[in-house]
Amino acid sequence: MKKISFEFIGALIAAFAILLHTGAPVRAELRIDITSGKVEPLPIAIPPLAGGAPNESQAGQDLAGVVSADLERSGLFRPLDPRGFIQNVSVADVQPQFGDWRQINAQALVTGSVKTQPDGRLRVEFRLWDVFAEQQLTGYGYTTTQQNWRRIAHIIADEIYKRITGEEGYFDTRIVYVSESGPPEKRIKRLALMDQDSANNRFLTDGRALVLTPRFSPTAQEITYLSYANGTPRVYLFNIDTGQQEVVGDFPGMTFAPRFSPDGNRVVLSRAENGVSNLFALDLRTRRPTRLTDSQAIDTSPSFSPDGSRIVFNSDRGGSQQLYVMSADGGGTKRISFGTGKYGTPVWSPRGDLIAFTKIDGGSFFIGVMRPDGSGERLLTRDFLVEGPTWAPNGRVLMYFRQSPSDSRGHGGSPRLYSIDLTGSNQREVTTPQDASDPAWSPLLR
Amino acid sequence: MHTKIISLAGALLLLAACSSPPPEAPPGGPPGPPGGAGIGSTNIVPGSQQDLEASAGDRVFFAFDRSDITSESQQILARQADWLRRYPNVTVTIEGHCDERGTREYNLALGERRAQAVKNVLVASGIPASRISTISYGKERPIVVGSNEEAWAQNRVAITTVN
Repeated sequence: MKKISFEFIGALIAAFAILLHTGAPVRAELRIDITSGKVEPLPIAIPPLAGGAPNESQAGQDLAGVVSADLERSGLFRPLDPRGFIQNVSVADVQPQFGDWRQINAQALVTGSVKTQPDGRLRVEFRLWDVFAEQQLTGYGYTTTQQNWRRIAHIIADEIYKRITGEEGYFDTRIVYVSESGPPEKRIKRLALMDQDSANNRFLTDGRALVLTPRFSPTAQEITYLSYANGTPRVYLFNIDTGQQEVVGDFPGMTFAPRFSPDGNRVVLSRAENGVSNLFALDLRTRRPTRLTDSQAIDTSPSFSPDGSRIVFNSDRGGSQQLYVMSADGGGTKRISFGTGKYGTPVWSPRGDLIAFTKIDGGSFFIGVMRPDGSGERLLTRDFLVEGPTWAPNGRVLMYFRQSPSDSRGHGGSPRLYSIDLTGSNQREVTTPQDASDPAWSPLLR
Repeated sequence: MHTKIISLAGALLLLAACSSPPPEAPPGGPPGPPGGAGIGSTNIVPGSQQDLEASAGDRVFFAFDRSDITSESQQILARQADWLRRYPNVTVTIEGHCDERGTREYNLALGERRAQAVKNVLVASGIPASRISTISYGKERPIVVGSNEEAWAQNRVAITTVN
């Protein structure tokens, strides 16, 4: 993992703050409330960051483009067309002419600069301005290797998102998923990893073994997933840095549906034995398994609460597939889903306030959320097949996969990744080089 | 059904005695119904997958989200047990499959439960458990492609495969 140094441009902010307090009257804060259902996207101007040398100008343009795309995809910002810009801020340290930006109805403005340092690394600075209050809202500087420029753009987008919404961002993150190709009956499935904006896609496995359901470690550069590598489907760990793969635990028979605990020290999984599937937790340090459920049913798809105290899972112990919550050591099990249909793949929000799930009802699939006590069920999207929600680390956006019906020649059944806001709006395809399923969102990389 | 079995056994004897094998059936055709169509035109090696298909039927089907063995399936599995007794050196793997109308992880478990249900019947018929392994493919390896009731019914299946 490459280290990025962060420095706060404290002096700059202080200087401007002093100036502004003697100037214009204090206005209401520029802010988006993202908890309300329908949000009018905030018009924001993101001109290329200023650079001297041609490579710096190019980097400045590329950075602005990635920041712009991140913010646009969130559905909360409307980056303005640079062709309408009046002021040219391509020179470093130029003071914004706020009147020029007000004239094109920009409410927020991003300025900044790119400089190549003597050691070859890039020095990137940015400032976010409230155009109407004529006030700097935030500003940071970063130094990084040239190859790492996209991460700087995502970090800047996260800072802008945070300053305007009051919530943590989710742009400096990655997605691990199952990349699919080939005919349905002989599907090739590979683990793939990409940035949340679909850039830097790479394949982690070669496709010889069927792989499913990858999930990120919350603390390490590791993924847990299911592989048929040695004939029997088993839970594995994949080290992203080294490419090393190893079996998790010494269970006979099939293990599946793995997920890390929030501290990264355990993996909770299902183990099938004699037609029943029960939940086990495996301590990754001692490699000792602990049995969590002992049912004559199918208990699977476990997911920890963010404080690690509870586990939500689905079970057909009551006759049909429903959601249950128990304590992390397996006690105090309570059913929480009581709507019509069946419920599967529960995933606890990183904020702890909601559980996302797949619901199957009346021949349709749904992605929905409910509170951990089962109240407040809300369905966000419905289709022939939508499945496997995963949360952005800020708990505001979900990603899942969607598959349309296929004809008898297998045409039309291509699964694809989609994202949707917790409000149910802003549904978008997340592009991938091939068909894709089972997305899992990483924590923020910092 | 009885006459069919007798005629199949006769065909097998004939085939075993045959010095020049008849031409092969075209490969990659759709799997026939249990009981094995087209036996006369195919060179069936005794104890092979094709033999199992022809002699007993290699698969049993399940209702949606169920793993109960139907009475029809019981008959197929009784024939599979007979067949396995005839070839005591043969070991098999039972593949459990599901249709696409469930979640991935649940279907892995359901496929395993179906495979296990078949194994239990065979073991109860006296076949040693050590000769039978199981594997679940959930909804990952559909037998018949297509999002329709007919395809789904064919994909809710446990297939006995000769190792």
